[in-house]
Amino acid sequence: MKRIGLLAAAIVAVSPANGPASVAGQDKVVIRSVPIGNLKVVDPIWTTAYITRNHAYMVWDTLFALDADNKPQPQMVDTWSVSPDKLTYTFTLRDGLKWHDGGAVTAADCVASIKRWGARDGMGQALMSYTAALEPVDAKTFRLVLKEPVGFVIEALAKIDSNVPFMMPERIAKTDPNEQITEVIGSGPFRFVANEWVPGSKVVYEKFKDYVPRKEPPSQAAGGKVVYVDRVESIYMPDHGVAMAALASGELDLHESPATDLLKLVEGNPAVVVVPNDKLGYQLFMVLNHLHPPFNNKAVRQALLSGIRQEEFLTAMTGDPKRFTICGAVYGCGLPNESKAGVEPLLHPDPETAKSLLQAAGALGAKVTLMDPTDNDLHSAALVAAQTLRRMGFVVEVVAMDWSTLIQRRASKAPPEQGGWNVFVTNATATGTANPLTNNFVKNCDQAWYGWPCDPRIVEAGRQWALATEPAKQHQLIDELQGLHMENVTNVPLGMYRPTIIYRKELSGIIPAPAIFYWNIKKKH
Amino acid sequence: MWGYIARRLLATIPVVAIVALVVFSILHVAPGDPAALIAGDQATPEQIAAIRGKLRLDLPLYEQFALWLGNALHGDLGTSIFSNRPVATLFLQRLEPTVALAVMTAVVAVVLAVPAGVLAAWRAGSLIDRAVMGMAVLGFAFPVFVVGYILIYLFAMKLRILPIQGYRPIAEGFWPFLQHLVLPSLALGLSFMALIARITRASMLEVLGQDYIRTARAKGLPTRRLLFNHALPNAAVPIVTIIGVGVALLLGGVVVTESVFAIPGVGRLVVDAILARDYPVIQGVLLIFSLTYVAVNLIVDLIYVLIDPRISYRGGS
Repeated sequence: MKRIGLLAAAIVAVSPANGPASVAGQDKVVIRSVPIGNLKVVDPIWTTAYITRNHAYMVWDTLFALDADNKPQPQMVDTWSVSPDKLTYTFTLRDGLKWHDGGAVTAADCVASIKRWGARDGMGQALMSYTAALEPVDAKTFRLVLKEPVGFVIEALAKIDSNVPFMMPERIAKTDPNEQITEVIGSGPFRFVANEWVPGSKVVYEKFKDYVPRKEPPSQAAGGKVVYVDRVESIYMPDHGVAMAALASGELDLHESPATDLLKLVEGNPAVVVVPNDKLGYQLFMVLNHLHPPFNNKAVRQALLSGIRQEEFLTAMTGDPKRFTICGAVYGCGLPNESKAGVEPLLHPDPETAKSLLQAAGALGAKVTLMDPTDNDLHSAALVAAQTLRRMGFVVEVVAMDWSTLIQRRASKAPPEQGGWNVFVTNATATGTANPLTNNFVKNCDQAWYGWPCDPRIVEAGRQWALATEPAKQHQLIDELQGLHMENVTNVPLGMYRPTIIYRKELSGIIPAPAIFYWNIKKKH
Repeated sequence: MWGYIARRLLATIPVVAIVALVVFSILHVAPGDPAALIAGDQATPEQIAAIRGKLRLDLPLYEQFALWLGNALHGDLGTSIFSNRPVATLFLQRLEPTVALAVMTAVVAVVLAVPAGVLAAWRAGSLIDRAVMGMAVLGFAFPVFVVGYILIYLFAMKLRILPIQGYRPIAEGFWPFLQHLVLPSLALGLSFMALIARITRASMLEVLGQDYIRTARAKGLPTRRLLFNHALPNAAVPIVTIIGVGVALLLGGVVVTESVFAIPGVGRLVVDAILARDYPVIQGVLLIFSLTYVAVNLIVDLIYVLIDPRISYRGGS
């Protein structure tokens, strides 16, 4: 017995993460949840990973945020103004904003944070390219001066998708944007408990008692962020079945990303709520390689629009028609920049038309290399893509690989038979594809994403949209862009789907949003 | 003896060096780009290249290996590309759950399987023998995760006497610590028990057929003393070998069990690192694994001397 005790003591002595802090959590109101992924990177500017963005919403705050109608609202900003010539934006911070280490939030912190974000984020880079000056005026006020008027300043600062422009202390924000920050100090409603972080397993947040919430009610990422719990333990569980069982039995409170095929295990449970929490969800799309045959031929790409049945892809992803939307809008359906220009073939597919178009283009029987990420949810969509393409008359080679290999191989411009590719399926949050500046996936020519589409008209129309300050002009340009994307088939929209969350009925106040926000949540105990 | 130990320790160096080189080579030949994973879907090629440069992943491979090896020789296993934490810290965080699970599994397996194997050998051909060997076959046949699910369903969901998942450090109390280890160690231990029981039975059968055992039985020695004081020590060498190999494998992390029961062990650390191409973590932890295997094998060889006085390592034997 003595030897076992000595062994146990030795083990504890070399386990720095397992200390009394865990024991202290037992008397507090604690939410135990399963996150969407494995938090490895804590810097939301260094990576666009959604798990890092979700983590960042806990500990950092933003100058503006999107409300439930996806309209920007002030968050850390108290008041702001725009000069009559639309060149100078002046922002004043709210009173009482503090960092987790006790210091006051200042304008200099915000200036440094915007600059770091602007060095990495696409929309931020666009903003910085139009910026003549960005400087503090006094401790709580800073000014952004543009070279010419643009219509997206506030939208950029309210961005909800990665990279979100989170505000950090100046000393941290001055970290090289290509290096990861080493401290997680924010002004958000929770603080990160660094000594309890087990990367890949557990992240712990505690309520930040000095946080000053806005007075408005919460609305998506905007409004008052009032915290009603003491602690949130985010526990990564790779086994979905066990996670379901743990939630059903009360060992867990919330699962942010349950496996859709296992939802039936809890749907009849009176203690569990099953609901799609993000009303917009994800956009699914097929990425085509415009550099190599057969998809370097516009006619072949256009044939795809008639051969795709979005319902098949979306059923494979969600299994439930209530959770998906047939949608051909490149900038998303249900969003401010929704357009229906050119979507007819997608909404009314006709395989015979597709085949005849392919025949006319001389592409029947053409070989297509499809990348299939077998360790990812997109695997099911990849299999549907393979079958769809075969049905149309292509000869499809499905190359199975893990996600890490796919993201390396997709960067290859080599021909498919030399390590390149023709097609893969991927997704993005609807809010991340909502406008021409955030939607990197449909940018063209020099700014093109993988697939390398190039239609200079799209580049010019996108540039005009960024400069447009009148809503009517913006809508007109969106219609033009949508039409051009469908004509050139930048990529093939496969519809939108909403992921589901599950949680125990002891919880209430979960805000509908693309991420789970732990403010406003109450737990009966 | 000390000379033998010293020679074995010296032999460790080339073994570990070869393991390090092979692991490094395989990692960098395999496809995957951690810089692209970090940068995310929206990153430009220039941004990915910048991150690659900062992480020194754009250096020639020989230079990357030399840097890593040089640091490793000074006790620095590097820093995780993703979490920016020292590999040693990440490993130590996972050590307690892994060691706890390994020890508990080994104890449960040995305590149950060795007597079962002895009994099966003593009653060879009987119903008891068939039952023990039948259980051993089932132990091999059922995958760990299936056993895990069955145990969770019975003991955690239906009977509600044990938790479904998770790990509690021993600092949070011995009983919660033990509670959370019972099901995973049973699930993991089943195949280990099967192996130990079969080896024990086979080894005991060989010993029980020896003349000295027949003599001892003829002289009226009680059965228990015969089996456990005379036969088992003589049959122990292969049993100890298999236990040693098993413990080394357990200490290397058992990712399926850790995944099913949400135990933050070394197995999951390595698999997650492999999927993310977190090269320093993979290289560092596999280096530790190789040292662990070498150490366990050495300990097993030294235990032979304790249990079988015929074995000696003096004078080159």
